[in-house]
Amino acid sequence: MRDSTRLSGSEWTLDDLLVIEQLCARHAERYGLDTFPNQMEIITSEQMLDSYVSSGLPVNYAHWSFGKHFLIESGKYQSGANALAYEIVLNTNPCIAFLMEGNSLAMQSLVIPHACFGHNSFSKGNYLFQQWTQPDAVLDYMLFARNYIADCEERHGAERVEQTLDALHALRDQGLDKYKRPRKLDTRKERAEQARRLSLAQETMRQAEYYSLVPHAAKSAAAETVFPASPEENLLYFIEKNAPKLEPWQRELARIVRKIAQYFYPQRQTQVMNEGWATFWHHRLINDMYDAGQIDQGILLECLHSHTNVIRQPDYARLNPYALGFAAWNEIKRVCEQPTAEDREYLPDIAGKDWLETFHDVMHNYRDESFLLQFLTPKLVRDFRLMNIQTSEGQDHWSVTDTAGEEGFKSIRSQLAASYRLESYMADISVVRYGRDSDRKLVLQHQSYNGRTLLEEDTALTLKHLRTLWGFDVSLESLDQSGRTLKRY
Amino acid sequence: MTSVIVDRRPDKGKSTANRQRVLKRLAGALKAQVDQLIARRKINDHDKAAEVTIERKDVREPSFNLDPASGSAGRVVPGNQHYRVGDKIPRDQGGGQGRGSGAGEGEADEEDVFRFALSREEYLSLLFDELELPPLVKKDLLEIDENRFRRGGVVRYGNPGTVCVARTFKASIGRRVAAEAQFEEALQAAETALEAARLSAVPDRVQAAQLELQEVRQRGQDIPFLDPVDLRHRSLVEVQSPRTAAVMFCLMDVSSSMDETRKDLAKRFFTLLYLFLSRKYAKVELVFIRHTDQAQEVDEDTFFNGTQAGSTKVLTALAKMYEIIGLRYPPSHYNIFGAQASDGDSFGADSTESSAYLLSQLLPSARYFVYAEVGDASSQGSTSLWAAYRAIVSDHFNMATVRGRDEVYPALAKLFQKEQLVT
Repeated sequence: MRDSTRLSGSEWTLDDLLVIEQLCARHAERYGLDTFPNQMEIITSEQMLDSYVSSGLPVNYAHWSFGKHFLIESGKYQSGANALAYEIVLNTNPCIAFLMEGNSLAMQSLVIPHACFGHNSFSKGNYLFQQWTQPDAVLDYMLFARNYIADCEERHGAERVEQTLDALHALRDQGLDKYKRPRKLDTRKERAEQARRLSLAQETMRQAEYYSLVPHAAKSAAAETVFPASPEENLLYFIEKNAPKLEPWQRELARIVRKIAQYFYPQRQTQVMNEGWATFWHHRLINDMYDAGQIDQGILLECLHSHTNVIRQPDYARLNPYALGFAAWNEIKRVCEQPTAEDREYLPDIAGKDWLETFHDVMHNYRDESFLLQFLTPKLVRDFRLMNIQTSEGQDHWSVTDTAGEEGFKSIRSQLAASYRLESYMADISVVRYGRDSDRKLVLQHQSYNGRTLLEEDTALTLKHLRTLWGFDVSLESLDQSGRTLKRY
Repeated sequence: MTSVIVDRRPDKGKSTANRQRVLKRLAGALKAQVDQLIARRKINDHDKAAEVTIERKDVREPSFNLDPASGSAGRVVPGNQHYRVGDKIPRDQGGGQGRGSGAGEGEADEEDVFRFALSREEYLSLLFDELELPPLVKKDLLEIDENRFRRGGVVRYGNPGTVCVARTFKASIGRRVAAEAQFEEALQAAETALEAARLSAVPDRVQAAQLELQEVRQRGQDIPFLDPVDLRHRSLVEVQSPRTAAVMFCLMDVSSSMDETRKDLAKRFFTLLYLFLSRKYAKVELVFIRHTDQAQEVDEDTFFNGTQAGSTKVLTALAKMYEIIGLRYPPSHYNIFGAQASDGDSFGADSTESSAYLLSQLLPSARYFVYAEVGDASSQGSTSLWAAYRAIVSDHFNMATVRGRDEVYPALAKLFQKEQLVT
């Protein structure tokens, strides 16, 4: 252990990493960063690619699409087109952070505060993560899922399992409970319920057979009520519960795919906040370590160099979530500590407040959309020289509608916040009718946002997958806000 | 719970199952590429990893995606230094400008294809996918025995060069522990006897007991550190194992009548044969002999790409092969395979002489000799060489015709059918 001496050079040992983690922990404590215990895992580049394809989950079931992504990512990496991430971290308890073996000591001093304290505290504290994910249970659940799917492959043939998973993966984005909170993951309960659902299904079959033998009055057509009573946004859930032809194990697969997609739901909605938060804290903790004489100048400079690369924002390009997030958090701190008249006008709630308290409050209670809507400052808009551009179908150009400045600020802010809404980049599709007592047709509607329709080719292929799952006809149309049909597929 | 650090680097191969699955899914596309590669690659390259290209649409994973061209869209773009409110920016001008904020905007900037390398095993199994030879063929070819020495554990006797020091010391320790325990017992008995003698106060008895004790002490000192019985030797045992040395003679006719198409057929034929052998044997040496009216041993590149023209004399190639066997590949140590490809043109007495030479000189020492006649439909089966070789009746010889690329494998399969192989 090099505890007493100052860390320097570029080589490191496992003990050095523990030292960095402990140093960071001591500094982080002063800021009240509440974290899960850290489990740092040293991995090779190949293992990093493994982690990529399963979105950081250390355990995953086998499917060709993961193999495909591995081939694509490793091709990009080997040809030099893409560098690999220095770390990858997932909200689990303990918090597992994968650190690349090739990182220098300075890089490790950067990624440990970033992942093990920044992301870790964010996923422990943020309300979306608290409500939508169960960091204690996810690894158990993935293990359960992997074993269950391997078991299915043995029982029902790898090919059928693959076909079912292909179809389910196509609907992954429509497998989310966006508003109601999902049930907690619990592997034991999951197994018990699996057995219960199976026996229930058998019982229903028996009853159906029995009733088909008993003569009964013809149902009146009027008795058919609309089902579901209100539109169901979670397509995979609806399929799992209602698809007429699926076998029990296929329903279980639907459930697994849905649960995993749900697990990543909070991450998609907090990218700017989460990366900004982690970047803010690695920057802070590294400087603290340097000030305390725990790392030498060489490490500090290398860290700052990497930090600068991470928050680089090229002009006229896609907004870099690290840059935007880092700047936004710094702005909050500035507004708390040294508010200008402008800040008092636009952000009266936080101007002049204690910055650390504000930070924790914001980290706990916001997501990207609400975060930007509430805390984007006019100064940040000016610093980033943001402009708002608009276009619509049929136009061959973008029109500049707002530029950074007093008049443009509010509309840039709302446009920016809106672009992080789920509907702006994910198709909002719900089940509106299921002809349970008639032709068993499934009617879907796409609620269009800004008049966007769906890509035809992809949609046709996805519908084909959906029809194989459903077993009967499926229709889909896009509706605009006023309920007018834009397109049928 | 406190923080921990885990070194995961030793856990390898997590992606193997997924890789197998994607390769299986891509089998059709990969097979097509491998089939093209077979003509492009050098013979020995078939033993290496192979780069393949896959189109993304072959492994497409659809989902409900928004059409970026539809509806209205608003973007927030950073770094503006040129534009004022009301300015217009062409929509297709650079992906950068349009791509403002927002999370996933699709993967439009991705390439349409991706490349990766198939490992040697993956490549060969794709190549041999349809080339599954009868299992007994493999067995027949494998069961050629040769005596070899293999480590056979530890024994008590052997020459000094094979002493196994560690095991010898282990034996020495055991022996000493046993001997010293015995010595302790004897020592105690002698001391007790001396004590008893002293108590009885009989001088003779005391003296005898003292002598006894002295003797026992001496024995204790005599326990040797290392005794010949401790010696252990590594042993070698003789085992029978398949002989692994094999040599393949590739005899190709490059006379003027062999055009590029025929050479290509010959090349594919040799490639498959070589792979077949190399999968069964640790090492297959290759000898390339080309001939017109005279034979030359050449390297692979020259064999396939060199140009030489002239008339045909098959016998020269066979004689060259015989000569090389005599110089470098004694039949007692090598499995000798011969493969000859020709368009079957030969003149005068050459055909019959060659046939006779093959039967009398080469076949007795060769494990197997095959003749593939390449060319188009018109000439085949009616050439003079074909007619002459037909007369050969031997278990070690076989022949087939190859009229097109699709006939290369069937020809090979025919030539290596189980019942036609020697045992």
